[in-house]
Amino acid sequence: MTDALDVEALLRSALVPVEPSEGLSDRLERGLSELTDAAAGELADWELGAMRDPRNWGRPVAAVVVGGAAAGALVLVRARQRHKASSEGRVTALRRGVREVAGDLRKRAAR
Amino acid sequence: MYEGADKQRLDSDFTELYRTHLRDVYSYSYYRVGNHHDAEDLTEQTFLQAYRHFERAQRESNGRPLRPWLIRIAHNLAANYYRDRSRRPQTQLEDAAVVSAPHSTAELAEGRQELHDVLEGVSKLPDDRREALIMRFALGMDNREIARAIDRSEGATKVLIHRAIRQLEQGLKEDEGD
Repeated sequence: MTDALDVEALLRSALVPVEPSEGLSDRLERGLSELTDAAAGELADWELGAMRDPRNWGRPVAAVVVGGAAAGALVLVRARQRHKASSEGRVTALRRGVREVAGDLRKRAAR
Repeated sequence: MYEGADKQRLDSDFTELYRTHLRDVYSYSYYRVGNHHDAEDLTEQTFLQAYRHFERAQRESNGRPLRPWLIRIAHNLAANYYRDRSRRPQTQLEDAAVVSAPHSTAELAEGRQELHDVLEGVSKLPDDRREALIMRFALGMDNREIARAIDRSEGATKVLIHRAIRQLEQGLKEDEGD
């Protein structure tokens, strides 16, 4: 090394950003899509249930429709994902996480 | 309970957050745990946790960037990772740096050892100093963002980074003298 260490320059060279693998991006996007779908389904179920109660008939019907389509934001990545293979073990772990989070959202929606 | 339109907006915002900061979370995770396998797990768990609490975080952020919040989730999960498994960061980090940095072939042999020494030095720093350097140099976060991520004042963060660099410099000089 040189006498005058430019530690900041060395750090900039050493600690470069690391690109995630395509496999990770795909798994994660798929997991988040599933999560969004699960939460959206919960929302639609709740709203349909609520509409059976005459006290809620004033709620705009549009909300139900929007609720059913609420997964839209993350769905845009799904078409690409369909063509991708996945690593089974990692997907299983992620699915477990997705189920936990979906369960949490379900409880929150029920409150 | 939120309306469908609110949820649609939340999901859209979360997608944006995810796309913008996936590399940040992954880089942070990688430099924390030292291998790609665990970094991927940590990144996945970070975004799942983030999704779980996104609505509240967005509400309480008052329009401030959410990257520090995201990195803080990764930070907490990484702390659990070490606590559960009694592990320390590994030092096999030169792969990422050497592969990603735009080095010429001639520079590579000489630079590899230098980068290896720096990364090894970083891995030997106390946790808070090491993390602050990762946030500053790998993620490009400023003092304010880092302060929010590690829950310290901006002044304390500035001092922390300064001391981390001085400690690293000292260590590198000592290694050079050996």
